[in-house]
Amino acid sequence: MMSAAFVPVQALSGPRSLRLLSAGGWSFCGLALIVLVVVLPVLHLAVPPESALHLSDYWVTLIGKIMCYAIVALAMDLIWGYTGILSLGHGLFFALGGYAMGMYLMRSIGRDGVYQSDLPDFMVFLDWKKYPWYWSFTDHFWYAALLVVLVPGLIALVFGFFAFRSRIKGVYFSIITQALTYAAMLLFFRNNTGFGGNNGFTDFKRILGFPITAPTTRMGLVVITGMTLLGFLLLARWIVTSKLGRVLTAIRDAESRVMFSGYNPVYFKLFIWTLSAVICGIAGALYVPQVGIINPSEMSPANSIEIAIWTAVGGRGTLIGPVLGAAAVNLGKSWFTKAFPEYWLFALGLLFILVTLFLPRGIAGLWIRRREPT
Amino acid sequence: MNFFVAAVRALTGAAAFLFAISVSAAIDPQTIRDIAFGESDAKLKAIGTLASSSDPDALPLLQSFIDGEVQTIGEDRVLLVKGGATSATDLLTGKTVSPLPEGRDDIVINNRVRKGLGTAIAALKLSAPDRTIRLGAAKELQSGADEDTLPAITSALAKETDPEVKELLTLTRASIQLASSDKATRLAAIRALAESSSPSTKTLLLGVLERKGDSFAEPDAELRAEADKSLRAVEGRLATGEMIGRVFSGVSLGSILLLAALGLAITYGLMGVINMAHGELIMVGAYATYVVQNLFRKYAPGAFDLYLLCAVPVAFVAAGLVGMALERSVIRFLYGRPLETLLATWGISLILIQSVRTIFGAANVQVENPSWMSGGIEAINGMVLPWNRIVIIAFAALVLLAMWLLLTRTRLGLFVRAVTQNRAMASCTGVPTRRVDTLAFGLGSGIAGLAGCALSQFDNVGPNLGQNYIVDSFMVVVLGGVGQLAGTVYAALGLGIVNKFLEGLSGAVLAKIAVLVFIIFFIQKRPQGLFAMKGRMAET
Repeated sequence: MMSAAFVPVQALSGPRSLRLLSAGGWSFCGLALIVLVVVLPVLHLAVPPESALHLSDYWVTLIGKIMCYAIVALAMDLIWGYTGILSLGHGLFFALGGYAMGMYLMRSIGRDGVYQSDLPDFMVFLDWKKYPWYWSFTDHFWYAALLVVLVPGLIALVFGFFAFRSRIKGVYFSIITQALTYAAMLLFFRNNTGFGGNNGFTDFKRILGFPITAPTTRMGLVVITGMTLLGFLLLARWIVTSKLGRVLTAIRDAESRVMFSGYNPVYFKLFIWTLSAVICGIAGALYVPQVGIINPSEMSPANSIEIAIWTAVGGRGTLIGPVLGAAAVNLGKSWFTKAFPEYWLFALGLLFILVTLFLPRGIAGLWIRRREPT
Repeated sequence: MNFFVAAVRALTGAAAFLFAISVSAAIDPQTIRDIAFGESDAKLKAIGTLASSSDPDALPLLQSFIDGEVQTIGEDRVLLVKGGATSATDLLTGKTVSPLPEGRDDIVINNRVRKGLGTAIAALKLSAPDRTIRLGAAKELQSGADEDTLPAITSALAKETDPEVKELLTLTRASIQLASSDKATRLAAIRALAESSSPSTKTLLLGVLERKGDSFAEPDAELRAEADKSLRAVEGRLATGEMIGRVFSGVSLGSILLLAALGLAITYGLMGVINMAHGELIMVGAYATYVVQNLFRKYAPGAFDLYLLCAVPVAFVAAGLVGMALERSVIRFLYGRPLETLLATWGISLILIQSVRTIFGAANVQVENPSWMSGGIEAINGMVLPWNRIVIIAFAALVLLAMWLLLTRTRLGLFVRAVTQNRAMASCTGVPTRRVDTLAFGLGSGIAGLAGCALSQFDNVGPNLGQNYIVDSFMVVVLGGVGQLAGTVYAALGLGIVNKFLEGLSGAVLAKIAVLVFIIFFIQKRPQGLFAMKGRMAET
């Protein structure tokens, strides 16, 4: 299918981008890993709370959250920045991953809930006598972890197959994905759906036997999240520097030409779309134990569209951009909502407008423009 | 000052005196005494006497008994004390007593007597000359009648000429007779019930057919067969009513969707601008209506009912101006970049939401219906079609007509269509394309404002109003096909009706989900919507 007779990709890209990362890139990764595995835990756990260097619980949670968001922004970048497909439904995949993990966390509460029943509190409240079938086996961590990958992946695969096959693209695709997450939100808001309705899942007690609020557990989760982020960054780097990545970029820039060159864009799009959804699901699964709650509002269209703005602020089509964007926007958000709660929406709205009008390549674009003034 | 008080007192005293004369002149004091001091049985008997008399004063008297306005003193005086009055009327002598004497006791009215009073009042009302009073009484009896009212209903039926009241009474009588012990009476009653179309009749008939374990609650097979026949007749009629109701509420929902989507059909369908702030323009229209309402309440409370007529143009202009400002300041720079437009207009919508929160508060505001929109017309089978829904449907049709005329019959419409079809060529022939863009966007936004004005009449007006409609209205446009008014109309009405029918089957949320899933699959088959553009324009 991928005709080798076509202009060799190497000839276009040059040898430099064939390597996964430059020496600088690798040392950056190493540095990030050291900060993550050594510096953060030491600052949080070893340095006494009175010290100015102590990393408070608030910051640990915030860093963990932001790294989850960065993973989501990276997933969005793969599909939007590199393939040119704007999804307004990524919040759905994020939430689905979160719910899959949440099911496991709910079951590991055991009898420590308010009603001291084997069932989660909300089921007792609804007067259910046993778990619905789709809750089976979710008390096993590995099965839940499998769900985290499979549920968003399968839904994205089926939805994407139908959407890409009938060549729904551009704004149509965005609106349909928005409708998808909206429909799912309505579904999860119902109590009878079996996922806790309005309130979702909360009051988790432990994960894999560790108490979930203990500082060491939280730090562990942050480290795992950070390593996942680094791993996905490398994976994304590998994809975009590969021949696959070249085809994806070509689809973004001129889909019809890709078709006329003998490629079938459907499968490329389907692959990157599903991968993006799976990455989102994993981010959601890492997010829920750290934040301690998952509810249907994560699926609201507004949340999904915010993901797009993280990516846009950081810079589409670069890999470090979305990470920076997610961090910048969310740091801004947590500062604003504490300092001027009523002005956050103004700031976010202005950000949407100004970035699209004046900063189409985002923060990373500023830096690249300075380096390559063309 | 003192003089006035004295004069007023004298006047009220005189009025009460006249009233008292008219009461005591006609009603036998012994009857009143019986009701006031007698045992329950004596009371009921006296009430029965009053009910069967054709005295016009019997009704107000019974009413004042049930309202607790009649009090006694000792064993011989019965006073009528209107609430808050300073004087009373002696019902036995007809004289005015002022000031109020001490030692008054309330009359003991137990539940049995109260029921008797209620029945007597209803029976008296049934023979009132005014048709609306009789109708009201018949309706009241329908839900709360028992065997005691049977003679009153029968005698009223004999005299009744109005078909509607007659039908109601016949049904009421049948449902009372159903509980009788005589088989012939019951059979006749069941046959009469077949004429009914009220849900309570259905319950009644179902009661006859009820099973208790292996045997039936009703041992007589003949009765059951007859009840079964009647039940089917009633159910058939109920289903028709329900169907009409569903179609009506579907059309009403459809017309709301149509209003919300029509503006979008211009901005997205014709101009290709994805305006995620469209919902917020609807909200602007709704808040404009709210402001106009408040101004009317403050400065022209007498003309309050007319505020809506004034709010319509205000909402149009307010939303239109906001839209034109947006086009000039933001959207103009993003033509041809739909995904960026989507994000930027989302930002605009956030800013609009927060502005409204800052100005009007985060809570919902109250927008009242003008009085001419309350109530409704009664269609067949007791189905009431509310006026506000009917007005909205008519309004949507009017807006549609106006827009169609504007697009096909005016110069601006010609320009808009020209720019849509071929911007460069239109520009060459002298069409001011940029101004046309602004005006067309203003028009689309103004129609969103009209939608907001309409929505404010039955939906909550709050900062999140727009967010609730944006997904739906985009679905309408996507389903209807881009660049087509006809498609938008069919899609809106179709979605509205399908939604309401599914709601009846599976509840509101699942219906909505089903519709969204349906649209996703529909797009598979017809990616261009219901009415795809054909020919050269399809490829743009």
